[in-house]
Amino acid sequence: MKHIKTINKADLKASAAKGGCGKCQASCQSACKTSCTVANQKCERKA
Amino acid sequence: MIHKFKLSGMNIVLDVNSGGVHIIDDLTYDMLDNVEPPFDENCPEAVIKKLSKLYPAEEIVECYNEIKELYEDQILFSEDDYEKYALTSVASPIKSMCLHVSHDCNLRCEYCFASTGDFGGGRMLMDIETGKKAIDFLMKMSANRQTLELDFFGGEPLMNFDVVKQIVAYAREEEKKYDKHIRFTITTNGMLLTEDKMDFINEEMSNVVLSIDGRKEINDRMRKRVDGTGSYDRIIENFKKFVPMRGDKDYYVRGTYTKYNLDFSNDVMHLFDEGFEQISVEPVMAESSKPYAITDGDLPKIFKEYEILAEKISKIRAEGKFINFFHFMLDLDQGPCAIKRLKGCGCGNEYVAVSPDGDIYPCHQFVGIEKFKMGNVNDGSFNYDIKDDFARAHVYTKPDCVKCWAKFYCSGGCNANNYLYAGDIHNSYKISCEIQKKRLECAIMLKAVQLMDTAE
Repeated sequence: MKHIKTINKADLKASAAKGGCGKCQASCQSACKTSCTVANQKCERKA
Repeated sequence: MIHKFKLSGMNIVLDVNSGGVHIIDDLTYDMLDNVEPPFDENCPEAVIKKLSKLYPAEEIVECYNEIKELYEDQILFSEDDYEKYALTSVASPIKSMCLHVSHDCNLRCEYCFASTGDFGGGRMLMDIETGKKAIDFLMKMSANRQTLELDFFGGEPLMNFDVVKQIVAYAREEEKKYDKHIRFTITTNGMLLTEDKMDFINEEMSNVVLSIDGRKEINDRMRKRVDGTGSYDRIIENFKKFVPMRGDKDYYVRGTYTKYNLDFSNDVMHLFDEGFEQISVEPVMAESSKPYAITDGDLPKIFKEYEILAEKISKIRAEGKFINFFHFMLDLDQGPCAIKRLKGCGCGNEYVAVSPDGDIYPCHQFVGIEKFKMGNVNDGSFNYDIKDDFARAHVYTKPDCVKCWAKFYCSGGCNANNYLYAGDIHNSYKISCEIQKKRLECAIMLKAVQLMDTAE
């Protein structure tokens, strides 16, 4: 495209359909302890 | 819903519901103020007329068609249809625990949310029997979850390290019986780190959080020993010895910034210059009456500082060096699923804290607040009503979150901050929200810089 460059096509909707396994880390356990950022956590579902 | 912003010379638009990110030119940036679904087949005359003062008509039509195409591909103006998944967050197993092995501390940090270590309940160490009961509770309440997490926390957990070691030994036996695996972590101020403790931690703990605020004068202003002297000299030496010993295991050096160091990018850079690559520095959480508290008036300076920090990090990476700043971490393609993003940290539902006397709370920041006491691991009591309340605290039950572009990144924010500073776990704490949004813009910008060459 000339006016728009798409840098990712992340599809959160697809992730919802097969998500929710609960294997990922509780976000507060990693480093923060006083705030909440979830989007920087890893998905731990194997394929 | 979309969110567009300008940063570091780039125009960026985020499609909130798909997670799609696009770099756009000035024409697209302006056009997005003038168009929204449903899209007509052809660019509306009114839009052409309005924008033709600045751009050629042919380009306007071209741009309109690109926006329409992305809409049809569902990566711009995509629909929000996640609310149905929010209901699945009820009744999750408890698989994460913050274990307060010590409500005592050898520092007297002025900003400590734990009342300098005792959480307002008197200085106390956990005994091994309570520690074992906490492990039993976690084994039972985690149901079919196999990978569990347990963070040794305080106060200062190294003040009760023999019990830490005994709890780990007990847990390693129990996890075999239940076919589970516990990832241990520890959060420490580093004052009591000795080589034998480092060896044990490196053997058993998947991550360590090492508390240090940055520059010596910044750290020592807040992080003082009991005698009033600063802690910097001792902890920097210990951390510089410890981190290389971690090998490829995770660590974070983690600091707090306050009103006294709103130029905190210098503290991040100081930690980097001292040899640390995994860094988290966060705003202090405190009542606005405290002299060091972050207040509304500090926000413009803080926003600017995050931009400065992002530029510094971008420059370091351009030189081929590695640095990771916790709140700028963002994986646009392989991050957590949408369901995880609806419910945040999971406190009170998937995650609990246990105090030295066995009391259970939704998280470490709620410890000592009587109305949030969920039970006790020693007598087996547990209040499922409180658990259900927290399970239902997701982005669709928090009024400010529903309309916020950042809701799938912060996932409703910190419930403890919400309660302590905005009166209810469902009320967003504005200062946290504003800071979070700025960090996300910087994180997305850094990703855009990284991915620009492969963009379509």
